[in-house]
Parts: sequence; structure tokens; C-alpha cells
Amino acid sequence: MAAPRRHRALIGRLLLFTAGSFAFGFALVPLYSVLCKVWETGNRWYGTQTAQASVIEQPDAARVVTIEFIGTVAHAGEWEFAPTANTLKVHPGKLYEATFHAKNLTGHAVVAQAVPSIAPQSIAHYFKKTQCFCFEPQKFATDESRELLIRFIVDRELPADVDRITLSYSFFDLPSQTAANR
Amino acid sequence: MLNRKVLSALGVLLGAAPAVAYDSSYNMPVGVTQIAREVHSLHMIVFWICVAIAVAVFGAMIYSIIAFRKSKGAVADTTMLHSTIVEVIWTTIPVLILVGMAVPAAKTLVRMDDTRNAELSIKITGYQWKWQYEYLGKGISFYSTLGAESNYARQLHSGIDPNTVKDYLLEVDHEVVVPVDTKVRLLLTANDVIHSWWVPDFAVKKDAIPGFINEAWFKSEKIGHYTGQCTELCGRDHGFMPIVVNVVSKEDFARWVADQQAAAKAAAEGAAPTATTATTIAPAASAAAAR
Amino acid sequence: MAHADTHAAHDHDHDHKPSGIGRWLFATNHKDIGTLYLLFALLMFFIGGAMALAIRAELYKPGLQFFDPGFYNSLLTSHALVMIFGAVMPAFVGLANWMIPLQIGAPDMALPRMNNYSFWILPFAFTLLLSSFFTAGGGPAGGWTLYPPLSLQAGDSFPLTIFAIHMMGASSIMGAINVIVTIMNMRAPGMTLLKLPLFCWTWLITAYLLIAVMPVLAGAVTMLLTDHYFGTSFFNPAGGGDPVMFQHIFWFFGHPEVYILILPAFGIVSEIIPTFARKPLFGYDAMVYATASIAFLSFIVWAHHMFTVGMPLAGEMFFMLSTMLIAIPTGVKVFNWTATMWKGSMTFEPPMLFALAFLFLFTIGGFSGLMLAIAPADFQYQDTYFVVAHFHYVLVPGAVFAIMAAVYYWLPKWTGHMYNMRLANWHFWVSTVSVNVLFFPQHFLGLAGMPRRIPDYSTQFTDWNMVSSVGGFVFGFSQILFVILIWQCVRGGAKATDKVWDGLSHGLEWTVPSPAPYHSFDTPPEVH
Ligand SMILES: [Cu+2]
Repeated sequence: MAAPRRHRALIGRLLLFTAGSFAFGFALVPLYSVLCKVWETGNRWYGTQTAQASVIEQPDAARVVTIEFIGTVAHAGEWEFAPTANTLKVHPGKLYEATFHAKNLTGHAVVAQAVPSIAPQSIAHYFKKTQCFCFEPQKFATDESRELLIRFIVDRELPADVDRITLSYSFFDLPSQTAANR
Repeated sequence: MLNRKVLSALGVLLGAAPAVAYDSSYNMPVGVTQIAREVHSLHMIVFWICVAIAVAVFGAMIYSIIAFRKSKGAVADTTMLHSTIVEVIWTTIPVLILVGMAVPAAKTLVRMDDTRNAELSIKITGYQWKWQYEYLGKGISFYSTLGAESNYARQLHSGIDPNTVKDYLLEVDHEVVVPVDTKVRLLLTANDVIHSWWVPDFAVKKDAIPGFINEAWFKSEKIGHYTGQCTELCGRDHGFMPIVVNVVSKEDFARWVADQQAAAKAAAEGAAPTATTATTIAPAASAAAAR
Repeated sequence: MAHADTHAAHDHDHDHKPSGIGRWLFATNHKDIGTLYLLFALLMFFIGGAMALAIRAELYKPGLQFFDPGFYNSLLTSHALVMIFGAVMPAFVGLANWMIPLQIGAPDMALPRMNNYSFWILPFAFTLLLSSFFTAGGGPAGGWTLYPPLSLQAGDSFPLTIFAIHMMGASSIMGAINVIVTIMNMRAPGMTLLKLPLFCWTWLITAYLLIAVMPVLAGAVTMLLTDHYFGTSFFNPAGGGDPVMFQHIFWFFGHPEVYILILPAFGIVSEIIPTFARKPLFGYDAMVYATASIAFLSFIVWAHHMFTVGMPLAGEMFFMLSTMLIAIPTGVKVFNWTATMWKGSMTFEPPMLFALAFLFLFTIGGFSGLMLAIAPADFQYQDTYFVVAHFHYVLVPGAVFAIMAAVYYWLPKWTGHMYNMRLANWHFWVSTVSVNVLFFPQHFLGLAGMPRRIPDYSTQFTDWNMVSSVGGFVFGFSQILFVILIWQCVRGGAKATDKVWDGLSHGLEWTVPSPAPYHSFDTPPEVH
């Protein structure tokens, strides 16, 4: 469009501003995760993933925290998915293991994936997983059942007023990957 | 300075409000928990502060409209353009009022956030369009859907007058049963889309989000039935997934739990599951069984 | 609402304008485009209003009378989209087109060709949106907030809705750029920024808000689109996404959007009150700064729309306090308007009546807004009719009344005719009474526990719903008076003077003849 020359610089700047805003909308996605990390809080209450090798066990034998396990089957058709044990009493600073039991009852092979969530969310970053089956697409044959393992350590720095941590896994099927695997 | 007649007329008008303000069809219920009472009083405090400001501001506007009209010979004072002092005053006073409101609100917020030392944990899962309740560690799990009578009446052109249905749209097939004077912790999640679990008498409203868990809690001080509804648009039947919480004595609760567990055992041992008994198989299996 | 044939009678020698349909299709004149925008907004106001009346008819009594719940959800979703993006925003853009060049002494808008595109995108966008009602699965039914995963469950209406929103966004961005360039580059000599009429000021700030947040909305809905069709997982928990993140991004757009819908209304009221109080605006500078601070604060309060999603305590505190802060500049505005009337010499012509109704009723909406800011109490208010009452008070007797005030204020300048004062007074009184009958009881409904977005309700809510529906129908049908009045005024009427109002005439628009000549200021006026 033939804008008078005296307007061009301003229009250019405004278009740049607009493009910047559009990019900012997308930048909010990574920014959101970054901010959650910086503030050690936020909506992505997944807990933290740590390398097993970096864990030095220094158990706080005087303190006991209850870990509560929850399994949810979300939108995944016929599944059995539940923790093997409902609760576990742990000492902060010590490495523990827990398992979830999953069985595919859908009648066909499926790819599914578990998403973790921790409550209370404000202490999610004190819950450190060294091994987790979350965010890994899991292939299940028809009627296959499997024990899914998680190893974790609760940080000794966990605020003194926390007496219970809930670890929840939601089990989702991944239709696109299921189709790709057929 | 202010026209007294106008003020008193306004006072009468606003004074009429509290007479009705405590009726539950006009106002927020006081509720049956400590938190609900705090929330109610916050609501009333802010409401009265707003009324007070309204009396002052609307009073000044109404006075201007009456006193400074051209038809009464008012001549405009065109020299009155701005006044830094006045601007500072009417910026500072609201700041002070807001601080006064923020302090008690923040305190209540902190208490609402404290889910520690709960004696009972219930996991609530939102579905399109029903709720699932699982009593953690007790092996009790059931779905709660809109009661049959409401469900008949609410169909388009059902021909049934909703006024003839008891607790229309606020009745369910399986009520949540909880003990009185007990801190109950809720873990909320959803199966499909976002829902929101709201019981006004507990001042609890929390979203149930697929893939994530949210926490909330309440401690009812009174035995009784408390109702609520889903408050996040969740699709076609969003308006038809009510919540009924039956708060019972601790003894009655223990009895209820025993009954449920016995029924579950019977069901698990191969007896044909009866439609009226809540199933209590493993949570995931029951989720599957219901489909 | 200029009309080709009536205009002909008043043609001045330099008014050589194109005739026929081409004048409107290829319009580049700011007045023609302003007229198109205003007529389009009026049409959308009636379409969205028809949807609202359908909703109020269904809610008149408990039980489902007319609609399937799914269709009801489509109605409420489209009602919001049509009213926000089709009625209120285009009406403000129309007013900006008509009045900004007249108020700053410019011959036209800076970018007339783009102006034409930005208008003509809109009819296509809304045809797309409304045609989705005829697709498999019906219209968009996930609420105008488009929260996933629910919005992703839509049928064929989904891509149509998304593309319609993209087009509306593109249109508003073009409109905003045009406003900014016009105000920044085309002011008459001597008109410094702090001499700018407040309507221009509020529009300038609104335009910046538009280019800052409409692209964010475009980004958010694009991510929805790729989640739905291309397997991305921005908001899909199964793939590690977070549905709550959509809400954060959406409200980062959505809260400034709320101010996009109200700041120009502030500007209009700031123009009208001084005229009929015969006294210059009190605290002009404070008004400008208050508008700018409201705009700034609007970027840091977004999460107060989502207190119930389960934010960390610190987040809840922050958003509660920042939201309460908005009450301060808003209060300053209300106080300044009151001070403008104080010791004035007031008359009550229709524009003033609407501006005064705005003052009272917008303030009521402000009070309920303050209550909603208190996070613990918000847990009780969130997603109930209390919220519905709050934002309708802000948007109907707020934004819509301001638009009507503006039309009543400038209509004689546009058409060259005075309108029927008696009819205008009737329109005002019926609208003002009925709008309160319509929305005030909704506060009670929400407090008593009625959630929003439900097609049917428990019987204890019957009485107030009936009252509200009656108010809704009276309000809806009283708007026909408005159309009749505009029609009559376009057709003819007593000749309007240049000054139009027997009040404090301020602003360059009152120095040109009525109707305003086709080309506003060929030689820029001097402003002292
Ligand atoms: Cu729901």
C-alpha cells in the first residue's frame, strides 16, 4: 500500500511490534516453564528429574514423610492402572522405589504414556525422581501387563511443615503413535 | 454541604439491602466451615466498603445533578480545572482502604492453602458428565451422577414440571459421605476436559484438570446435606453434574465405610454387582469397568 | 450514518464523492468507513442480541423449553464472540474513524486503503463464524474463552471459529495501526499530545493495547489449531502439555482486551460530560495518566480470571494485589468526572443522560470487580452469575451505553440533522431501567449459587431468572427505538448548527459545518 513516506518509519515500527507480540505469544510457552523453574513453583508440578549417579544418600532418620501414590486412567479406554502400594513412609534423603501396575484391556496393542503430577505443588521440586516411566511412550501388547518402576528421593531440605506428598500419574493413550505402530 | 434529603433517601434505599442480604436466595451462604465463614465475612466487609464508597460518590454525583443544573440558574465555575491536593487525596484514601481489605484476605488465603493434617483423603475425578469419588486407603470408589428423577425431568420437552421434583438438578445417585468435624482433603483431577468442583457451604471451588492434581480441603462443623455444581463449562451436560455431600456423625461414617467395604467384598467375590451399591474394586479397574 | 442521497442535498463544492455501491466497497474516506463500521456493529448488536434473548427465553423458567444443551452452549459462545468482536470493538473503530481526523484537524485517516481492508475483512470473518452453526456438530460450544481440552472437542466449527478469530484479529490490528499513525503523524499544528482530546488519547492507548495483545490471541488459537490437527502438545496433557498454560496465554490477551472494550468509552464520557456541565474536564492530565496506568496494570493481572486453577499461594497473592491496584486509577477517573460536574451548569440532553447512566452503572460494575479481586471470596464468585452480572454491567451500561452516548452526541454532526429528542429520551429511560432489571438480579443469582453457562437450573433460582428475562426482553426490544431514531435522523430533521449543542463546545469537530464535509480539513487548523 502506498503509504506516504512520512508514515513509513512509524508503520514499520508498529508492524515490528505486532510481529513481536505474535512471537511473544509463542515465547510464553517456554517462558512459562522457565518461570516455573525460577520460582520453583508454577503449574507444571511434575517434580524434578535427577541423574541416579548424582544422588548421595544422606537419610534423615528422624523424619518421616508419607508418600501417597495415585493412578488415574485418563481418556485411555480400558486399562488397569494403579499403584502397587497406596502409601509409603519415607525418610528424606533416602532413595526409594515404587511400582505402578498397568494392564492393557483395550483388546488391541496400544501406545500409552503416563504424566506425573505432585501435590502440594509448591514443594514439587523437593521430590526428585532418578528413574521414572513418565513421558515415555509405553508399548503394550493386547492384554499385556507390566510393573512400572519409579525411583525417587525426597530432598532433605523439604520444608518442615510438610507431612505428606502425593504423587499422581495419569495414564493417557497416544492415538497417533498407536496408529503408527500398527 | 451535601443535600441531606438526598443522603437520607439514599440511606433508606441502601438500608433496605441488609434486610434481604442475609436471605440465601440473595446472598452468599454463611456456610458450615471456619473458612466459609471467613470468606462470607470478607465478602460482607468488602460489600459494605463498596456501599460506603457508593454513598459518598453517588451522593456527590446526585447532589451535582440536582444543585448544579442550568435550569436552576447554576453558573459553571470554569476556573476549576485541576487540583493536585485533591488528586493526591483521592488516590491515597483508596490505597489505604485497599490495604485494609488485602490484609484479612491474605490471611484467609494462607489458611485455605494449608492442606496438612487431613484425616481423610478423597480423590475426585471429573468426567463428562459425572464425578468419581475414591476414598484413598479405604478401597471405596463410586460414581456420582444426576439423580434419575431430575434426569427425566430435565430432558427437552419432558413434560415434567421441575417444581414437582425434589431438589431438581441438585440430587445424585451416590452422595459423598464424610464425617463431621474432620479435615477432609480433596485431590482433584479430570478424565477428559476441565471441570470445577464447587460446594458453596464449604467455600471450596477448585478446578479438576486432566493430567494434574489439585488440592483443596474442608472441615464441616455441621451434619447435613450440602449441594454444589460443576462450575467450569465442560460440554453439553455441564449443567447436569451436581455434587451432594452428606456430612454425618463420625459413628455413622464408620458404619457407612464398613457397609461399603462389605458390599465391595461381596461384589468382588463374584456376586452380581447390584446397581444400587457403589463398587469398590481397585480404582483403575473401576474406571475401566464403568465404560 | 451518512447516506448517499441525503448527503447530496448538503454537498459542498469540494465534496466530490463516488456514488453507488462502489462508494462503500472501495471506500477510503474515513467518514464512509466509519459509517460502515457503525452499521456493521449495529447489525451485530442485533444478531448477538437475538442470541441473548434466546438464552434469556430458555432461562425464563427451570426445565429445558427450547434448546438442546449443546445448542445452548453454541448460543452463549457465539453471543460473546459476536458482541465483543462484532459489536463493541467495531463500534469503537467506527467512532475512531469518524471522529479522530475531525478532532485532530486531519483531512482523513493516515492509511485509507488499509482502512478499507480492515473493515471488509469483518463481514467475511463473521460469515465464517456464523456459518459454523450449519456444520456437523453445530457452532462453537466451548465458550468464547476456548479453553482446551473442551474447545478441541468441537466438530467442523473449530477451524471456522479459529480462522474467524484470526481475521478479526488482523482487522483490529490494521485498525489500530491506522489510529496510531493518524494520531502520531497527522495532528494539526499546535496540537501537542497533551492538548489531544481525551477520546483520541484513550484510543491511542487502546490501539497500542490492540497491537500488543491481539497477536498473542492469534498465537494462542494457532497453537490450539496445531494441537487439533498437527499432533502438537502445547495444551494436551497426554503429550506433556498443560491445558492451564492456554488459560495463562489467553488471559494475557484477555485482560487487556477488557480494557480495549472500555478505554474508548472512558474517552467518550470525558468528551460529553464537560460539554453538558459547561465546564472543562477536571484533571485532564490525571485522566491521561490514569488511562495509561490502567493500560499498564492490565498486563499484570491476568491470572485473576483463573484463581481456581490451583496456583501457588504467592501467585494468588500477587494477582489479588495487582488487581486491587486497578481500582485506584479507575477511581481517579470516576472522581474526576464527578468533579467536572461539581459547580457546573448542567443540562440533560440524551448524550449526557447516557453518559450519566454510564457513570453510575459502570461504577457498580467497578464495585463488583473490586469484590471479585479478593481471591478468597473469588472462590465463591468464580464462574457464577455474579461474574456474569459484573462484566455485563461493565460492558452493557458501560461500553454499550458509552457508544450510544457517542452516537447521540455526534449524530447531528454526521447527518446535519437534529434527531427526535422525545424518542431519544424514551430510548434512554426504557433502556436504563430495563438494563438494571436485566442484570442486577444476576448478582443475587450468583451469590445464591447459580453457576454460569448452564441451560437449566435448580428451582430456587426461578424468581430472579424470570425478572432478569423480562428485563432482557424489554431492553432488547427497546433498542428498536434506537434504530428508528437513527433512520429518521439520517432521512431528515431540524437543521443542526455547526456547534450542535448549547454547551461548552470544545474540540475541532464543532468548528466544521454540520454535516461534516466529505473531506475534513483540507488546510490544517491552527490550535493554540
Ligand atoms: Cu463438569
